Amino acid sequence: MPELSKDVVKAVAALANLELDPAEVDLFARQLGDVLTHAEELKQVDTTGVSPTAYGVAQKTVDRSDAVVPCLPVADALANAPERELLPRDGGFFKVPRVIG
Amino acid sequence: MTAPQTVSELRDGVRSGAVSAVDLCRMSLDRIESVDGSLNAFNTVSADRAIDRAADIDSRHGDFASAPLAGVPIALKDNICTKGIRTTASSRILETFVPPYDATVVERLTAAGAVIVGKTNCDEFAMGSSNENSAFGPVKNPWAVDRIPGGSSGGSAVAVAAGMTPLSFGSETGGSIRQPAAMCGIVGLKPTYGRVSRYGLLAFGSSLDQIGPFGRSARDCAIALGVIAGLDKADATSASHEVDDYEAALTGDIRGLRIGVPSSLLATGVDPEISRALASSLDVLRARGATVVDIELPHAKYAISVYYMVATAEASSNLARYDGVRYGLRIVSDDLGSMYSKSREKGFGAEVKRRIMLGTYVLSAGYYEAYYLKAQQVRTLILRDYDDAFKTVDVVAMPTSPIAPFKIGEKTEDPLAMYLADVFTVSANLAGLPAISVPCGFTESQLPIGLQLTGRRFDERTLLRVADAYERDTEWWMQQPPIAR
Repeated sequence: MPELSKDVVKAVAALANLELDPAEVDLFARQLGDVLTHAEELKQVDTTGVSPTAYGVAQKTVDRSDAVVPCLPVADALANAPERELLPRDGGFFKVPRVIG
Repeated sequence: MTAPQTVSELRDGVRSGAVSAVDLCRMSLDRIESVDGSLNAFNTVSADRAIDRAADIDSRHGDFASAPLAGVPIALKDNICTKGIRTTASSRILETFVPPYDATVVERLTAAGAVIVGKTNCDEFAMGSSNENSAFGPVKNPWAVDRIPGGSSGGSAVAVAAGMTPLSFGSETGGSIRQPAAMCGIVGLKPTYGRVSRYGLLAFGSSLDQIGPFGRSARDCAIALGVIAGLDKADATSASHEVDDYEAALTGDIRGLRIGVPSSLLATGVDPEISRALASSLDVLRARGATVVDIELPHAKYAISVYYMVATAEASSNLARYDGVRYGLRIVSDDLGSMYSKSREKGFGAEVKRRIMLGTYVLSAGYYEAYYLKAQQVRTLILRDYDDAFKTVDVVAMPTSPIAPFKIGEKTEDPLAMYLADVFTVSANLAGLPAISVPCGFTESQLPIGLQLTGRRFDERTLLRVADAYERDTEWWMQQPPIAR
């Protein structure tokens, strides 16, 4: 079966924010190729005029009232962050490496 | 053969004060202590917390007089958020994550009097059919510890099958409750999409995911579903349909019920021992007055291809949130982009990366129409096949899995072969239908086999009624593996 090219695998990994090692690039080139080749069977199905289904059960969109309700305290929301800074009066932020030069 | 103690017996004892919730909790914790070393079903056992909670129930059991799960010990798949109890999805990337809130099902189970004893091992982010894709090691099948228990909710299935908890909860995206239930010899129910709130379930495939119960019997699952089902404002996809009295539906009467069997779909690829078990179970249902008819599901054979395009596309989007910023593993780096990609590279296991890659590929420019859109169109045809079938039958019967539990490590090199074994379970998720797996026999080497029943949307009552009727004439569901006796 046709493998995906290594360049395609690397490009997809970049889109997915994954830093694959060379062994993974080789492995995924083969394994993703297998699955995509199998999925080629869908081409046999005539889908002319068939609308796509996003959800198996029809959804109704419901509006909620535009009211202020309690939410997670900032300290709780920050509690799992690898790096954070809490401010004295129920404020704070997530910390990441410097983004702007 | 003696029937297992039912959830209603346990909770009635606690409600009346005849049985202590602390004793039930200790029995559960003791069982975990003695057998889980060889089964690996639990990622976290919250023993102290569980005992405190049980003691609180005992001290005011009057408050739980009508609580449907008063004092019943339960286990939760480790992708369901529990406030204050680590929730890892069996992934390195969430190894230390302690949710600041409870999933809606956890709130409802707690209000119903249940006692959470721990969080169960699963395939990482619920991606897998064997429970081998866990950062914390594979779960073992209690019927044969060198074999897989099924997945992805393998730990939850094993908790019940090995007698560690009378009830547990898992999640499904493509069969992750039904398939391990079948492979462990217990009952597992996937409710209709939208029947149970997904709020607090770590998202995998948002149009497919659904939480459901594992139990020894259809009756236990009926009680559990009644607790967790219902509209939730926090989940826009939860349904406003009234919640039925599922236990009242268990009348034993299936006279006149029509059962459809898609014979041509089942003609190839099913283990002969499993085919024979299906044929015998249909005889049992016929003897109870049901009619078995042949049906066609012409597009069901494409369900695997459709599923692995749709589910991975949704997963690639959902798992973008794990980037080392707000929670989870961070690999320190000088710039933000490489912090993301290094954290994800280190934090995710091989199967999760494979699915993120596949999903990213099928959504990317140039491939979207050929793969993702095409899959969504065939999804429509699969859904129509079922809708047509349900014009003439009340339930559809199939094996849950075409194969018996295989040896740990046997299929890890060939993901496609593993995916293909999901052939009978994924269509219920694609079409949003409820489906149940009930024990219906054993292979010659004493491995459990499951009968799968799929029903109309929001008709869990009929599924549970047929499953319960089947249990009344069989003893498969009473069997326990040697380790649990």
